[in-house]
Amino acid sequence: MSDHHDELIQITAGGGKLAPPAAEKPRLELKDVQARLASAQGPRYWRSLEELSNSEGFSEMLEREFPNQAGSWLDPVGRRGFLKLMGASLALAGLTACTKMPEEAIVPYVKQPEDLVPGKPKFYATAMPFAGAATPVLVESNMYRPTKVEGNPQHPMSMGAADPFAQASILGLYDPDRSQTLSYLGETRTWGNFLGAIRAPMNAQKGMQGAGLRFLTETSTSPSLAAQIGALLKAYPQAKWYSYDPVNRDAARAGSKAAFGQYVDAHYHLEAADVVLSLDADFLSGAQFPGFLRCSRDFMARRKMEQGVKMNRLYVVESTPSTTGAKADHRLPLRASDIETFARDLSAAVTGTPAAAGAGGDARAQFIAAVARDLQQSRGASVVIPGELQTAAVHALAHSINQALGNAGKTVMYTEPVEVNPGEQTARLRELVDDLNANKVNILVMLGGNPVYNAPADFNFEQAIRKVEVSVHLSLYHDETSRLSQWHIPEAHYLESWSDARAQDGSVTIIQPLIEPLYQGKTAHEVVGAFSDQPGVNSYDLLQAYWKAQPGAGDFDGFWRRSLHDGFVSSTVLPFKNISAKADSGSASPANGAPAAAAGGLEIIFRPDPTIYDGRFNNNGWLQELPKPLTKLTWDNAVLISPALASARKLENRDVVEVELQGRKVKGAIFILPGQAENSVTLHLGYGRTKTGRTGANTGFSAYTLRTSAAPYFAGDATLAKTGDEYLLASTQSHNLIDNKRSLTGEEAEHRDLIRVASVEEFEKNPGFAHEHSEEIPRDLTLYPNYEYTENKWGMAIDLNSCVGCNACVVACQSENNIAVVGKEQVDLGRALHWIRVDTYFEGHDLANPATHFQPLPCMQCENAPCEPVCPVGATVHTTEGLNTMVYNRCVGTRYCSNNCPYKVRHFNFLLYSDYETPSLKLMRNPEVTVRSRGVMEKCTYCLQRITAGRIASEKENRPVRDGEIVTACQQTCPTSAITFGNMNDPESKVSKLKAGARNYSLLADVNTRPRTTYIAGVRNPNPELEAAAKA
Amino acid sequence: MADKDPNEPVPARTSVKPGIIAPGYTFASVTDKISHIVLRKGTSSGWLVGFGIAFVLVNMLFYSLGWLFVKGIGIWGVNAPVGWGFAIINFVWWIGIGHAGTLISAILLLLRQSWRTSINRFAEAMTLFAVASAGVFPLVHVGRPWLAYWLFPYPNTMSLWPQFRSPLLWDVFAVSTYALVSLLFWYVGLIPDLSTLRDRAGTNFARHTYGMLAMGWRGSARHWHRYETASLLLAGLATPLVVSVHTVVSFDFAVSVVPGWHSTIFPPYFVAGAIYAGFAMVITLAVPIRWAYNLEDFITMRHLQNMAKVMLAAGLIVGYGYMTEIFMAWYAENQYDAFMIKNRMTGPYAWAFWSLMLCNILAPQMLWFQKVRNTPLFLFGVALFVNVGMWLERFVIVVTSLHRDYLPSSWGMYYPTRWDISTYIGSMGLFVALLFLFLRVLPMISIFEMRTLLPEAEVKD
Repeated sequence: MSDHHDELIQITAGGGKLAPPAAEKPRLELKDVQARLASAQGPRYWRSLEELSNSEGFSEMLEREFPNQAGSWLDPVGRRGFLKLMGASLALAGLTACTKMPEEAIVPYVKQPEDLVPGKPKFYATAMPFAGAATPVLVESNMYRPTKVEGNPQHPMSMGAADPFAQASILGLYDPDRSQTLSYLGETRTWGNFLGAIRAPMNAQKGMQGAGLRFLTETSTSPSLAAQIGALLKAYPQAKWYSYDPVNRDAARAGSKAAFGQYVDAHYHLEAADVVLSLDADFLSGAQFPGFLRCSRDFMARRKMEQGVKMNRLYVVESTPSTTGAKADHRLPLRASDIETFARDLSAAVTGTPAAAGAGGDARAQFIAAVARDLQQSRGASVVIPGELQTAAVHALAHSINQALGNAGKTVMYTEPVEVNPGEQTARLRELVDDLNANKVNILVMLGGNPVYNAPADFNFEQAIRKVEVSVHLSLYHDETSRLSQWHIPEAHYLESWSDARAQDGSVTIIQPLIEPLYQGKTAHEVVGAFSDQPGVNSYDLLQAYWKAQPGAGDFDGFWRRSLHDGFVSSTVLPFKNISAKADSGSASPANGAPAAAAGGLEIIFRPDPTIYDGRFNNNGWLQELPKPLTKLTWDNAVLISPALASARKLENRDVVEVELQGRKVKGAIFILPGQAENSVTLHLGYGRTKTGRTGANTGFSAYTLRTSAAPYFAGDATLAKTGDEYLLASTQSHNLIDNKRSLTGEEAEHRDLIRVASVEEFEKNPGFAHEHSEEIPRDLTLYPNYEYTENKWGMAIDLNSCVGCNACVVACQSENNIAVVGKEQVDLGRALHWIRVDTYFEGHDLANPATHFQPLPCMQCENAPCEPVCPVGATVHTTEGLNTMVYNRCVGTRYCSNNCPYKVRHFNFLLYSDYETPSLKLMRNPEVTVRSRGVMEKCTYCLQRITAGRIASEKENRPVRDGEIVTACQQTCPTSAITFGNMNDPESKVSKLKAGARNYSLLADVNTRPRTTYIAGVRNPNPELEAAAKA
Repeated sequence: MADKDPNEPVPARTSVKPGIIAPGYTFASVTDKISHIVLRKGTSSGWLVGFGIAFVLVNMLFYSLGWLFVKGIGIWGVNAPVGWGFAIINFVWWIGIGHAGTLISAILLLLRQSWRTSINRFAEAMTLFAVASAGVFPLVHVGRPWLAYWLFPYPNTMSLWPQFRSPLLWDVFAVSTYALVSLLFWYVGLIPDLSTLRDRAGTNFARHTYGMLAMGWRGSARHWHRYETASLLLAGLATPLVVSVHTVVSFDFAVSVVPGWHSTIFPPYFVAGAIYAGFAMVITLAVPIRWAYNLEDFITMRHLQNMAKVMLAAGLIVGYGYMTEIFMAWYAENQYDAFMIKNRMTGPYAWAFWSLMLCNILAPQMLWFQKVRNTPLFLFGVALFVNVGMWLERFVIVVTSLHRDYLPSSWGMYYPTRWDISTYIGSMGLFVALLFLFLRVLPMISIFEMRTLLPEAEVKD
């Protein structure tokens, strides 16, 4: 094993060898270190663990290094001695100057270089704990600095894909606004102070059996943390542990209890489903659906139009437009509160006689009848997916419909919940709040989370928390909750921590650190440990102890190394349960607790934000600037309303309205979203933070102020009042071109044939439909001779069918290519720098329910690139492998190339956007990619650095580059494998085959740019029955 | 040189048209009248106020450019679909204005249009100052202005060489050649008059300065011979430049693939536009100058009428260009062009398009009326319309073509910032300040050429 651990020990040992041979360097005693750290008198700043341990060897070495008596220098220094000293001081200088590596063993993935090779990144498998399920990731480390997060290709829940949150977590790690010091009532304290301060209250708890001790965590899937807290709860039997996430699975839990009498998790095996019905379930977007990466991969595997694979069909009934709705073959917009009734009617239609169901005649009844028939015809190969943010009844109904259709055990599986403390979190949080208000709580330990900001408004957590005697908040940021807690402890980022977590399928990943905590952050394990009998415990030992005790860890070293290496612990996937839902569970389940909006009233829908989720990523510039999939808004949330409501209320984009719900009010700006259910208003959570970093400050409004425990995801009878003010909303795409009930951008996109889609039927009749209207210009019609490519000729194909608009590629590109964040005002001016963007077009004249298309747009790397000839200084040139490259240091910034680019994929540094100042951000950057300065054009390079690395690897072995050896960052992370990159000179490469297919087309082929990024036209699978009805 | 009574009426050359010089002048009185402005009149308060205002604006220009260098091009309103904004609009506008000078001095000289004589000097000066104002923009509009010299082909150790397929590079050569030839032409034309000023200067300083600038001109026959040859040669050199400069400037647009730019009509239509703009600017300047300096005798109604006619003709060609663009968009059945025209007429910048039509097509139709052509104030008004119109034309071409091009997803809007506006107004300040300096220190009308217009100068066999 030649990993960091060993190397690091070697370096320190090298220093130790300077001590006279008689003084053998003593073993570094971790216990000593911990003891010193724990004691309040311990030094606050320390250079190395040796110093801290104050071992004799170290003192001696130190004296040799920095002698008190300069007299010893008068002694003639031998050549050998001199070299030794120099070497040691260099080693020491390195040790103190660089960020220290963790002392515990972590195992590199795949490549095990004999030594650190500068410029050669290493990869480590770990996982990001996120909202109730871990995202398995593989982290690239350059010279001991984690620089990029990718999905773990070996993990079945990732298969290489990562969502935007996981990828942007690298920026979270290096965020200069992270909390950096432990504090008590706002004053800096040491960890030792903290340990000392909690002794007395904890001793008091001992007598009370912990009756006044409460733990509040986020939804956790860590078995070892559960074991640790479990042990603590055993010692303090009256103590309690709560979990709370503002976006939680309460409805799913309650629904499964109603259907099965127990808490279960449902897993959808979409590769086996011919017909999928989503009841407000956004399973193709990362924001709120557990296991989204796998779901979208499986779902899209049935949409690649491969031989012998029957295309699936997707029905979506949803309240607020989502990327899932955009991919639907049939989408029915309904208010969130009407979906339960829809589910009941559908359940009746599925279980009853299908003929009777379609009687109504209106669109909804037709839809129900058609869906019911379709579902029945695909018994055992269909699935109904209830939305996580729908009611318990919808979940129960979905379970019973799936049971009735024989889907259980085929397309939907049930397991024990992945979270370690399952329950209905909101109800349990109320218990905690009641206890707090009743002064029953002496010590409240909050491990992560931000309840002051995001607890339901009716709980008034802000008041409740003030009543506790000792409050401790472990958090990455000094946030709203930290401000009201006595003790704030900076949390170690997951890339700095040892822990473990379960992915959605239950498999456990050992979370291994890639870097020593930048700001002496603590893990939840360590904080829980502080309350136990061994306050000095560290997470590494604890984790190892836990896993040593598990069955199956016989050869522990082997087990440990394999688990770290693979990124998951084998055979920890949760077994499927053979259970069946009660047939009447849906009807028997309690009716929707939320008061449904009266027919004319407005409904408010609360959704986690597509980019900053529940607010935890509020200070992450990449995610703030990531355009939200449908609105393309950045840096803000908005009051999303339907075009019909907008025209009825005479509201326009950017109008500030006051939203009132049961006496609670909040002001936000209007954004008109086609496809939004009429009379319902969507508010995204996570904005309007009062205490956050510099990036997230002053963005949006907090929808939490309206959100109550009774109606966590939607509520009726809200009012909108125009205030007359305007608020700047920065959108990257001019969706506001909505006029006379039509979308100008959508119409023009249609005229220009940018998006080509056909139904399966049309495609079978006419496989060449994608080329019908396009004018393709003969290759030799050019003034300049064609380029010759002897070896490689790179190309890319993007499958429009597969793209779900999840934005993962955008963040992957930003991380890989050091793309700067420009800020809201600059985005509004049209100066966002994303090298790949996902264009969204609304099709059709019905703005209430338009078809929606996504089109990712990296550089087209045109063969006849209009950008190349117009550059007066030759800063953009054609390479021998066909790329249009930018020579940054040659660019003077005339912007002519950008004007002349028909795709507008060139991005200009109008100001100095890159942060050259913040030291931590320098650590984050990809060393392979230049950081661009002001006045320079930049653009997609097909990840030139990756191509070069692949080419060098192939040249070393004297062979051509293998197909699939080089993957671009966007391709690597795409959950649905929509992007394929490869050598077009190789007829056997995947990209060549895709490009040879009938559906392959070029964007704006008639401009004769001959782009080498091409698109695979979409194919949809509409239900002929509904199609006929729509035409009639 | 027979002395005549200056009050004695001299029969006009033609009975219908006003003459190109008012009757009753002699060699001496012409020389007196023009050199008086520079040498005897002194600095008037009107001049001081005018120059003062212009000087403040020049400072505003430098302040704006200073801030631009500190912060970057992002202080302007340019963005992703609209990569060029005020800077390029102003550049093309100023270059266009600069056209009239060379046209008047070179082409009209070759065509032996003697009426050019009294306006050519300041028209040429105006050309130079317009080119100077124009020249500011391409240099500062680049993202890294400190590297703008990379556009020049010069030997260096960095193995850098310009990319000659780019129209921007052609621009560099076209504009710099034009500026150089215009400057030479103007200076050569000044030499005989500089010697007149030298001879008449009241102070030592003026005598020495003008003396040095006159390069030893003594008015010998040999001098005159060489002068005539040089001036004809330069006229011959400058003539193709009149056509080439704006043709090349139009290539910046025509060579691209942007709908609304990619058009073969651009070169002739740009040249016509430039002549149009140039004459409009000459009228804009001539009318107040002849009033302020009592030069109605030298810049007569005949001049104004002729220029009005040229302007009308150029305006009609420009109008024809607009119509052709619209026609071709329909006739070619190119959907991008069709959308571009529709967007110009009905899109968010429709106001600019229709104002352009008003200024450039409708307003000059007034020039069909002799009454308008004969009233300097009316002419001045029409010329102002054309000046504004020609600026709007460039705005329409640059901004409305770019802001909605091929992919609707990348459409955007362009709004100038205060820095755009201050730089633009500052460039006008630079132009006006230079013009004021010119009026104060150099003869604004060619003295020796004016003398050739007098009846005494007619060679009788």
